[in-house]
Amino acid sequence: MFSLARTALRPSLAKRAARAFAAPSTTALLHTLPDLPYAYNALEPFISEEIMTLHHKKHHQTYVNGLNAAEESYANSPSVKEQIALQAALKFNGGGHINHSLFWKNLAPASGDGGKLTDGPLKVAIERDFGSVDEFKKVFNAKTAAVQGSGWGWLGYNLATKNLEIVTTPNQDPLLSHTPIIGVDIWEHAFYLQYKNVKPDYLNAIWNVINFKEAEKRLVEVQ
Amino acid sequence: MSHTLPPLPYEYDALEPYISVEIMKLHHTKHHQTYVNSLNLAEAAYAKANTPKERIALQAALKFNGGGHINHSLFWQNMAASSEKGGIGGVLKDGPLKEAIIASFGSLDNLQKEFNTTTAGIQGSGWGWLGVNPSTKRLEIVTTANQDPLLTHAPVIGVDIWEHAFYLQYKNVKADYLNAIWHVINFEEAQKRFVEATTGSKL
Repeated sequence: MFSLARTALRPSLAKRAARAFAAPSTTALLHTLPDLPYAYNALEPFISEEIMTLHHKKHHQTYVNGLNAAEESYANSPSVKEQIALQAALKFNGGGHINHSLFWKNLAPASGDGGKLTDGPLKVAIERDFGSVDEFKKVFNAKTAAVQGSGWGWLGYNLATKNLEIVTTPNQDPLLSHTPIIGVDIWEHAFYLQYKNVKPDYLNAIWNVINFKEAEKRLVEVQ
Repeated sequence: MSHTLPPLPYEYDALEPYISVEIMKLHHTKHHQTYVNSLNLAEAAYAKANTPKERIALQAALKFNGGGHINHSLFWQNMAASSEKGGIGGVLKDGPLKEAIIASFGSLDNLQKEFNTTTAGIQGSGWGWLGVNPSTKRLEIVTTANQDPLLTHAPVIGVDIWEHAFYLQYKNVKADYLNAIWHVINFEEAQKRFVEATTGSKL
């Protein structure tokens, strides 16, 4: 009976019906909130448990929900014009999901991998492209603090020049021009409850919980 | 020639419980002050710039900090203590503004509903505005990104939707902040701006 109904429907409705009645054939149909690789209080005292809980369960979850809704609408759009009208929602929520997923992974408890940059290809590249690790952090923090509005600071790998570079993206734009190595959220929700308006304190603190091991993995993968 | 931080037209706790004293203090003495300081620096640098290229390079700082100063200055003025606290906040009396709101939105309730939806929909930091369209002289809801000042319309009411404007009190629940703030919107100031924009006469 179901297959009869499907052939009678317009392709877009059939797709929607199929999704409603059938189990998803792949998990790529619906995005889900990835678990944090650590407890909500694991990044204390550098990022508070309160921030981590809200940031993950509310903000990131909202991007996931928004992305799923936008993709569903996109799949059901009858015209190019409608698809284009949905681009902003896809970019904002898709970018939010991508960025935060990268973010949780490039953080780690200070009692674990957080803050530890051991000798290896990442350290070599940072020293080559910035002079020293300290200088790198200084420039990263200055550029990230200078974002005029909401956005992200990134250490990215420029595939063309084979250099590490510091770039920023506005709002939830994903990093497209470089391979993301380390991302830092500079939206106010990422730090305000703990650091209020004092962005530099947040940016200084976060280096204690940056997962340089994950960062190095990303660099080695792309080099 | 230096810009200065305008004092609030009320105490830091005057907009409680709708906007907390903690937020008002940080927002005024830290955030707005920083825009003022940085605007002065940017203007000093601009005055010393010798080439178009240098001046253009300073445009972003002028827009961001100048816009921040303009927007927040308008913001403090378009708020007032709520009527429960003996203020004029949240009270829309009969008059040209009320008529225009009903003409364009049907009701104050409807204006608030549309305004809040549009403002909550900003993807990043920015401002929600009720403004007068200079060609049609009608009220419209518009938004600006980051600290961009409202240039296309005459500002009547501005609402800050940067997270620093509400996060300490409302966390991620923007909708609660936007519902609350209407209790402290200064409709008398809004009407002054509206009349000026539609008749050209300063009251």
